[in-house]
Amino acid sequence: MPASPCVVPDSIPHPYSIHEVECRVKTHDRVNGEYRRLVLSAPRSVLDCEPGQFFHLLCPQTEGFQPYLRRPMSIYSYDRIRGELSFLYKVAGTGTGALASLQPGEHLNIVGPLGRGFEIRREWRRPLLVARGVGLATLAPLASECARLGRPLTAICSARSPDLVMSTDLFRSFGAEVITVADAEGNSDVGSLTPLIEGLIRTRGIDAFFTCGSTRLMRMLQVIGSRHGIGGQVAVEQHMACGIGMCQACVRPFLRDGGAVNLRVCREGPVFDLHEVL
Amino acid sequence: MADLRTTIGGLTLKNPIMPASGTFSEELTEVFDLDCLGALVTKTITRGKRSGNPVPRVCEVNGAMLNSIGIPSKGVSWFLQNTLPLYRDYEAPLVISISANTADEFARFAEEVSVPGVAAIEVNISCPNIEDDGKAFAMRPGATGDVIRRMRSATHLPLWAKLSPNTGEVVEVAQAAEEAGADALITANTMLAMAIDSRTGRARLGNIMGGLSGPALKPITLRMTYQCARAVSIPVIGCGGISTVDDVIEYLVAGARAIQVGTATFISPSTMPRLIRELDEVLDARGLRSVDALIGTVDVTDEAVVVAECVR
Repeated sequence: MPASPCVVPDSIPHPYSIHEVECRVKTHDRVNGEYRRLVLSAPRSVLDCEPGQFFHLLCPQTEGFQPYLRRPMSIYSYDRIRGELSFLYKVAGTGTGALASLQPGEHLNIVGPLGRGFEIRREWRRPLLVARGVGLATLAPLASECARLGRPLTAICSARSPDLVMSTDLFRSFGAEVITVADAEGNSDVGSLTPLIEGLIRTRGIDAFFTCGSTRLMRMLQVIGSRHGIGGQVAVEQHMACGIGMCQACVRPFLRDGGAVNLRVCREGPVFDLHEVL
Repeated sequence: MADLRTTIGGLTLKNPIMPASGTFSEELTEVFDLDCLGALVTKTITRGKRSGNPVPRVCEVNGAMLNSIGIPSKGVSWFLQNTLPLYRDYEAPLVISISANTADEFARFAEEVSVPGVAAIEVNISCPNIEDDGKAFAMRPGATGDVIRRMRSATHLPLWAKLSPNTGEVVEVAQAAEEAGADALITANTMLAMAIDSRTGRARLGNIMGGLSGPALKPITLRMTYQCARAVSIPVIGCGGISTVDDVIEYLVAGARAIQVGTATFISPSTMPRLIRELDEVLDARGLRSVDALIGTVDVTDEAVVVAECVR
């Protein structure tokens, strides 16, 4: 009896939406003291992405780091024409420590695209992006999508110090008005940001919030949103194992149908309604 | 093309590769055609709803994973109405993994899931995460026999008992399951383990302890497979740390009639189709015409004796 041909070749159209592929590293550069940008040459099959989705990366084994599980990482950019996929990350542990060793020309095994991305609803005309640290990476493709849809965009980018605020030029290239705040400048706390954002609601007519990278900022936006009847979305993080919905490791509680339910960040998320995150 | 078929009791599987419970769900249909598998094995369900354990539910240690997922379950009615129909159109036999708190509950539950579309019941008497300190039924021959015996009189479906590597009475538990009417054994579930963050002193799992799986577990579950295959006459299904075709062959040679792939699917979701393809290639390369030609062929003779004599 013949063994079943299980893996359908890439050239044949097929219904499989999740792909495991080896990608060549095109470039891998330091963006500033803490962050790196990894650009992969990626096949067309994995580039039907949505802003807010992520890939599951099989980080290499190095002398100093031997990660076993894959690491989820949100998409920083994807370009179907150039066949490129990029990630912006901070070296924070075993997985990213190993990832940092990758050299141009080497290969990285990735699985994706995964999860549910951002949805820019028709009624959301004047979005405000609020990003902290590496949360900027997750919001970058959303900024690009806002530009494509002709939504005037305002972005608040927050970091520990001004030199760690990234991608402001990228956001400006999408036509965004960018406001940078930093802990070192004393203007990044909830007490400073709340009046700033409420001012933007008055002057710019902000009608939707998108955020990533800080629980504190998410809570702040929930409070401001409730006060002004403004909705939005948040991309959240959680420890994962499988990344595609099988293992139930990455659950968090969310408010659905009047009660708290555990949902999988990898599957029902990583983007959730701002007001349903508990 | 070798004959990859294998039989587990009355069931014929088209190949010996199937998922391990807890590492498989319908989402895998988005990665490959599930019908290439020898069987489909659901995540363990309980009769009532369970929310599972606190997070973090997983962490990694060298070459292995610890999990304390805690069997979140939407309950039996949800399963029968929503999950079961998803698998109706697959020809691969569907194995339902179930867990319960008492032997009686196991029996009643077995009866409830004995419906068309279910080919066998995997009896999860070995989850280390749902009872205090991992005191699962499969720790003791008496408790194991009790559960299987009551289930045997409640269902006509094949019963596959999933054993635990945490017991010191591996052979006794295996024989108790066989005597009580189990149709197959699975060796084995995860091993009770723990990880602590040395910097913070905190346990790395929300549930403090959890089950070890992945390549680091393989030598232990391979040994159990060998022990059980020698001690019982019902089929043994190997499970634990399988990620390469060599792992598959080792389990078959140790006496397994089929194998389950678990954590490796998390590392590479297309592991199972790859293993099926590679197993076929290896059998061809060795001039073997069937999987049967490998099963239980472990060579434990001369060399071991010679070494022992040298030591003496």
